[in-house]
Amino acid sequence: MLEVLAGFIRELRAAGLPVSLTEDIDSTDALRHVPLEDRTGFKNALAATLVKSHAHRKTFDAVFDIWFSPPLLCGGPDVDTGHEVELGEWLEQALAAKDRDSREAAVKAAATSAVSRYAGMEEGRPVGGRYYLHRTLRHIDLDGIVQRLLAAGREQADHELTELEELLLADEHRNRAERLRAEIEGEIRRRLVADRGPEALVRTARAPLPEDVDFMHAGADDLAALRRTLQPLTRKLAARLGRRRRHNHRGSLHFGRTVRHSISYGGVPVEVKYRHPHPSKPEILVIADISGSVASFSRFTLELVHAMSSQFSKVRSFVFVDGIDEVTRFFEGAEDLSEAVRRINTEADVVWADGHSDYGRALEAFWRRWGSELSPKTTVLVLGDARNNYHAAEAWVMAEIAKVARHVYWLNPEPRSYWDTGDSIVDQYAVHCDGAFECRNLKQLAAFVDHLS
Amino acid sequence: MSAPVRFDSGTQVRESLARVGYLADDAIAGVVYLADRLDKPVLVEGPAGVGKTQLAKSVAEMAGARLIRLQCYEGLDESKALYEWNYKKQLLRIQAGRHAGEVAHGGGAVAWGDVEEDVFSEDFLLTRPLLEAIRATDPVVLLIDEVDRVEVETEALLLEVLSDYQVSIPELGTVAATQVPLVFLTSNNSRELSEALKRRCLFLHLDYPEPEREKEIVSARVPGISEHLAEQVVGIVRLIRQLDLKKVPSVSETLDWAATLMLLGAKSVDADLTRETLHVLLKYRSDIAKASKQLAVGGA
Ligand SMILES: Nc1ncnc2c1ncn2[C@@H]1O[C@H](COP(=O)(O)OP(=O)(O)O)[C@@H](O)[C@H]1O
Ligand SMILES: [Mg+2]
Repeated sequence: MLEVLAGFIRELRAAGLPVSLTEDIDSTDALRHVPLEDRTGFKNALAATLVKSHAHRKTFDAVFDIWFSPPLLCGGPDVDTGHEVELGEWLEQALAAKDRDSREAAVKAAATSAVSRYAGMEEGRPVGGRYYLHRTLRHIDLDGIVQRLLAAGREQADHELTELEELLLADEHRNRAERLRAEIEGEIRRRLVADRGPEALVRTARAPLPEDVDFMHAGADDLAALRRTLQPLTRKLAARLGRRRRHNHRGSLHFGRTVRHSISYGGVPVEVKYRHPHPSKPEILVIADISGSVASFSRFTLELVHAMSSQFSKVRSFVFVDGIDEVTRFFEGAEDLSEAVRRINTEADVVWADGHSDYGRALEAFWRRWGSELSPKTTVLVLGDARNNYHAAEAWVMAEIAKVARHVYWLNPEPRSYWDTGDSIVDQYAVHCDGAFECRNLKQLAAFVDHLS
Repeated sequence: MSAPVRFDSGTQVRESLARVGYLADDAIAGVVYLADRLDKPVLVEGPAGVGKTQLAKSVAEMAGARLIRLQCYEGLDESKALYEWNYKKQLLRIQAGRHAGEVAHGGGAVAWGDVEEDVFSEDFLLTRPLLEAIRATDPVVLLIDEVDRVEVETEALLLEVLSDYQVSIPELGTVAATQVPLVFLTSNNSRELSEALKRRCLFLHLDYPEPEREKEIVSARVPGISEHLAEQVVGIVRLIRQLDLKKVPSVSETLDWAATLMLLGAKSVDADLTRETLHVLLKYRSDIAKASKQLAVGGA
């Protein structure tokens, strides 16, 4: 058992989960208190000791389901191709059961049978689970079954269903069908593991963790996960930028500590004690490229700006392509990000000539219009790939900004090895910054935030 | 310094929690059980209103333990979390000493050393929740609520206390726990907690419950509600949670809504009633508008 567990933890680490030695030991300790036959308890005990971030849970589940795949019952898959016609009905009946427990049991049995009949799994054949899932589903017409169940539901009601009731009914059956799908998937996985062994399978199941997803190639699902992880990170960023100026300031009088101290001197307050000052609110100014070459990145950029606007009181944001405009107000009033993005697209004035980024022109325009509003309290973040389409760099603007502002940082969504190749001129700007950072995923953003402390 | 084992199994925890009105699933019950067995704190994370705080309260109730609660906020420091000297009382004592001395001997005869020792005694100590939990000899559950709100420095202090369950007070010496209390920390995940703190804890993510469990919660917390109404309520809430909203309803809103419907004497909910009461579930106007439209309960 211990060996299996060690292998499991090795796989978790390979998938990117930061399992420490303490946690490794804790998981072994925890298992001593869970009866071996209690599979749910077993999984929960491992999760509670090994996974300390919800964003990692999906990966944990995927690895767990493969590594601890329950063995097949003796005799292997049952192949009873004799009852072709009835399987549809069987599935339908299983899904129709009102009581949840009996439904789940029936669905499980029906799913097993469906896989036996239709997946056509052959030992040693190197195809993935998705292929078999697809094959099975093609045979059972799940949509048709759901439609028939809905019709039955309507018939059972003593009145014509209202629109709301229709929605509720549809939602319920959609969820049941989803359970069936998951059961079929689970059954296929079980057989694949039995055939090829967990080591081979676990490798194919590896997907990047949310913090490793490249901003430039993030899909809609990824973005949702990114957004959840971004919120706490932004807060940390706020705290970091806020604290940096703490030491110069002194907080208000701490009466209690003053007295406490004075007691050593016979009650004479020889030394006055102060409270730690509250971190002062940082002023942050974000300048972001939202041109086509960084389209996915700019989506993320706007997420970042949005998250920051909700946490810092003094964030000003500017976006540019070859023209530049302030968009702070769109974030302030916005109900949600898509609203802000819509207004930026329709109301902000950022395309001047041809819609290809022109850093030089945008920076110069920024300096002329807003340069005088920078102060030694301002931290400036520039987000972009510095691909300037061979326009003039106007790097002097960065030098001017750096002279006034407290700090200037450049975050670049491109791999460092691409910097200063082709029309990328990041170095010409970076020399004037406090730092230029590769920022392709949340992990790198987190590293940047840590660098600030 | 280990406490006597409180529970026998996850299942037992789940059943006992149900008896005090908290409906846990296997994951929740399992973690509570392990926390007791392993003497480890539990970090409960999740969106607002899913029962994080209530879990600690209900565990205390079921274990017959006293709940000690440390409510976190920005700026919470040692003096409010751990202990503080009662300086007002100390000042008064010092003043009183001077007075007495003057009257009796016509000149400060009370030895300063005595006064100093006196004012740093138990009587002048203000015990805050962490110290209180450590000193407790009766069964206690310590709840450190909304830990993501404190600054990093205070988080480090919490970690220190949760690592050795002892506190050293320079003037009094070290106070060590005679038992390890059950500890729950809750977090809304508004800020990333330190790796060290997370390593120290068992982790439990609470999410919006499965409809079956949410229905049980509604039945347990809203007296007199019918099975039918509870099912409808939970079904509609589940529909609403699938929409892209600014703030999706949590368990607390589900309960508020169910209670409102009961007050209105509803036997079941239809489109009209949903529209009229949607503001109990949703806080933003844009969310209400969106939900009305998607649920087809909009204009009558
Ligand atoms: N599993 C549950 N069983 C019973 N009541 C619950 C449950 N989960 C949440 N509640 C109720 O929901 C409300 C919100 O819970 P609370 O603990 O305050 O949420 P949180 O601390 O997560 O913000 C409370 O009234 C609580 O009693
Ligand atoms: Mg709470």
